[in-house]
Amino acid sequence: MKAKHRKLAEKLAPWVVIAGLFTIWQAAIFIFNPRPFILPSPALVYQSFIDYRDPIMAHALFTLTNTLIGFGLGILVGAMLGIFIGSSRLIYAGFYPLLIGINSVPKAAVVPLLVIWLGIGQPPAIATAFLLSFFPIAVNVAAGLATVEPELEDVLRSLGASKLDVLTKVSLPRSLPYFFASLKVAVTLAFVGAVISETLASNDGIGYLMLQAASQFRTSLMFAGLLVIAAMGIGTYLICAFIEVRMTGWATRKQTQVTGGG
Amino acid sequence: MTNLPQNEANDPFVDFSDVALRYGDENGTLALSGVDLSIKKGQFAAIVGPSGCGKSSFMKLATGLCPATEGSIRVAGAPVTGPLKITGMAFQNPTLLPWRDTLRNVMLPLEIVQPHRSRLRAEYAKYVAQAKTILATVGLAGFEDKHPWMLSGGMQQRVSLCRSLIHEPQLLMLDEPFAALDAFTREELWSVLQDLWLEKQFTCILVTHDLREAAYLADVIFVMSARPGRVISTHRVDIPRPRTIESTFDPAFVEIVQKIRAEIAQVRKESKAPARPAAQEQVQ
Ligand SMILES: Nc1ncnc2c1ncn2[C@@H]1O[C@H](COP(=O)(O)OP(=O)(O)OP(=O)(O)O)[C@@H](O)[C@H]1O
Ligand SMILES: [Mg+2]
Repeated sequence: MKAKHRKLAEKLAPWVVIAGLFTIWQAAIFIFNPRPFILPSPALVYQSFIDYRDPIMAHALFTLTNTLIGFGLGILVGAMLGIFIGSSRLIYAGFYPLLIGINSVPKAAVVPLLVIWLGIGQPPAIATAFLLSFFPIAVNVAAGLATVEPELEDVLRSLGASKLDVLTKVSLPRSLPYFFASLKVAVTLAFVGAVISETLASNDGIGYLMLQAASQFRTSLMFAGLLVIAAMGIGTYLICAFIEVRMTGWATRKQTQVTGGG
Repeated sequence: MTNLPQNEANDPFVDFSDVALRYGDENGTLALSGVDLSIKKGQFAAIVGPSGCGKSSFMKLATGLCPATEGSIRVAGAPVTGPLKITGMAFQNPTLLPWRDTLRNVMLPLEIVQPHRSRLRAEYAKYVAQAKTILATVGLAGFEDKHPWMLSGGMQQRVSLCRSLIHEPQLLMLDEPFAALDAFTREELWSVLQDLWLEKQFTCILVTHDLREAAYLADVIFVMSARPGRVISTHRVDIPRPRTIESTFDPAFVEIVQKIRAEIAQVRKESKAPARPAAQEQVQ
């Protein structure tokens, strides 16, 4: 019984925290009474969300599309790059610093370059989402492969297994938890990338909407846009987390009876 | 000893001559040095020696997992240049793949080793039955769908033993396979392993710290010195098969165990003697 209660409490906890945050927000409005264009009340934000629901949703869909395409490319390239880099110690040593260097460049600074190459609107947004999301995936997959216990490899090698066998039967399954963990990080970064690019060079998307709202001091609309992005971010994160538990339950030992794939 | 034809039985199946192994560079640990031994086809050999003397390292050399620093190693008539395809090995740690359940861990070699590899898909049900049978012989029926972390250490070791046997290797390498088991289960498995060996006539090398285990199972026992390890004596065990727990009370059995115990006590004493004064200095 007790365990059941705790599980229920764990499920409710995030909702309680979010409700608490909105309560504090509303309370702060009551106490400090700021002007609405500095900090609008939750009710006001909700009102502008209702008023501008159609354009907000259209822009949100645009952002979501760009994010998911960029994220998809990021998974593809990130995983392949990760496998390539993690497959040999020498390659790992050679490429890792380069990867770190690429990641240290602020992506907002790259957007103008992307605009020159790709034009404005969707292409640079997808490219930026991709640039931000492939990195954690590549690094995690590479780290997963590079840290495979030599003992596990020896099990396969002692059977006369080929390099490919070792990769598919040990290294890849072993690095799957790293891969899925990185997806959760990467998908939120993909949102960041898409919105940055839309803010700088687009006539569509939540980023553009925010910029427009800001130029007209419609702060409540900006907040509505922010909350929509946050909601989409949480949604995609949860999907990735769900897939992670389903695919790699053995790593977190959450799965008790389901037979896992190898 | 074995009932193989004389000419074949005289040909060494595993042959080490003057083998040395050093880990790392020239200043690394010298694990083995001057190892000379040969094991005939179908023979059951046991290796005993003090902890850290290089027994596990010997196993890695014999299967080709690790190249020798010096000397020559031949297995099945050919020099060992890389991992062999005819071996089954149970490592000192269970080394099960955590993402696979027990059954799929046991069946792993079938996905690698020919001819099973190409038959596995077509005859999957037959192979599953085979894996279940072998799990049942070590007392693990009903645990097929459990993942390794749901098993005790001794159960994991037994799964690892099944995995080393499933593909019926010509050369079976067992590194302390029964170390984490209680005395009764262990003695039960000695008999299981002996029966298997009598039936299939593979060559087997067993590393163990249990001298009774060595004498019960082996035709020949190699005693190793302290690190760097080398073979300091070889004992033949001429007790008729199949051996039983009663055989362990046989005076000849007791005598061999006592003799080896004395030898190991001696090498441990020798290896500790020079280290003692230094250790005392540090304390004071
Ligand atoms: N991968 C390694 N790298 C460096 N040194 C190693 C490595 N493996 C073993 N050694 C060293 O080689 C020596 C022999 O180790 P080994 O594992 O072969 O001993 P062992 O006889 O199996 O001992 P035990 O009976 O305790 O299992 C030890 O001194 C150990 O420190
Ligand atoms: Mg060992």
